[in-house]
Amino acid sequence: MAAGEKHSPVDQFKVTSLSGEPTSFGGIDVSFTNSSAAMLVTVLTITLFLVFSMRGRALIPGRWQSCAEICYEIVANMLRDNVGSEGRKYFPFVFTIFMFVLFGNFIGLIPGSFTFTSHIIVTFIMAAVIFVGVTVIGFARHGLGYFRMFFPHGAPAWTAVILVPIELVSYLSRPVSLSVRLFANMVVGHVLLKVIAGFVIALGFFGIVPLAFLVGITALEFLVAALQAYIFTILTCIYLHDAIHMH
Amino acid sequence: MTEPDDRSSLKQLDERLKAARSRHDRSRGNDSTGKGATSNIGVGFRIAVELIAALAVGVGIGIALDSWLGTKPWMLITFFILGCGAGFTNLIRVARELDRKTRLAKQSKDLGKGHEG
Repeated sequence: MAAGEKHSPVDQFKVTSLSGEPTSFGGIDVSFTNSSAAMLVTVLTITLFLVFSMRGRALIPGRWQSCAEICYEIVANMLRDNVGSEGRKYFPFVFTIFMFVLFGNFIGLIPGSFTFTSHIIVTFIMAAVIFVGVTVIGFARHGLGYFRMFFPHGAPAWTAVILVPIELVSYLSRPVSLSVRLFANMVVGHVLLKVIAGFVIALGFFGIVPLAFLVGITALEFLVAALQAYIFTILTCIYLHDAIHMH
Repeated sequence: MTEPDDRSSLKQLDERLKAARSRHDRSRGNDSTGKGATSNIGVGFRIAVELIAALAVGVGIGIALDSWLGTKPWMLITFFILGCGAGFTNLIRVARELDRKTRLAKQSKDLGKGHEG
């Protein structure tokens, strides 16, 4: 989204190869895109943040250490409240997801950067990994008994004809709803910011009205970024709970 | 000589800890209920997405089965209806979970008040 080119509000979501031309390897496009760069920056930021903030390991945490500990506690409490003590094992995975989505959303809010969570393929792959992982955990823990998941307790046997397909569709819709929610929230927020920013110049002096609006929306977007990371993680926890305890 | 003193101070510490913990829990309970409008937007969005996703998956399965089995409209119709059902199942589940959460929050609030009074 270089300045002076098109001013379409969806230009910001365009994935381009950073080297200028697509690099292909064995017939597959493996170019290092702005999306990959954003992910790399996210991972590096998280690593640096956690490593340097926890460096002191003080008993009484400083500001940075407090931040890191808050992140840890949010996820730890979420797992404890939603999954229970068996959830401790999955803490590293859930924490990674939370930090990746949270920092990805925040870094995407920096003007001129790229929001990789605004691409359905990114969020869907994350959701698919969670979905497949949770299903594997369910089958590993309960064996074939996990199929009972698709039939509610205490319903008469003949209703299975209707209920089992419904539950199956409902179960399969989990990765879709999980990914679409994050993707749609990020896209809507960023498009809204761009569209309103377009009014600022067009309205001349009265552009101050959309500018004030923009300030509010930016604050709202920060909230949405954190909230969506939270919801993504809490739903992961709920799915884990279902796989471990079966409702 | 010092023993009873120690024990009483331990007891005091225990009591103070309990009080602090209940205060902490209470403030946390207040936080979760006091988010107000913004979290309501989140809830509304979540329900809408849940409904649409189930329907989309149902329709997707229907179309895929149709092209695979060659039963042009029937699988689509069947799975459209099943998708609707799944959407509403999801919706009821979300609503029930939210209900449970607000009830829990209210309970902990009431408990906190009882402790205080």
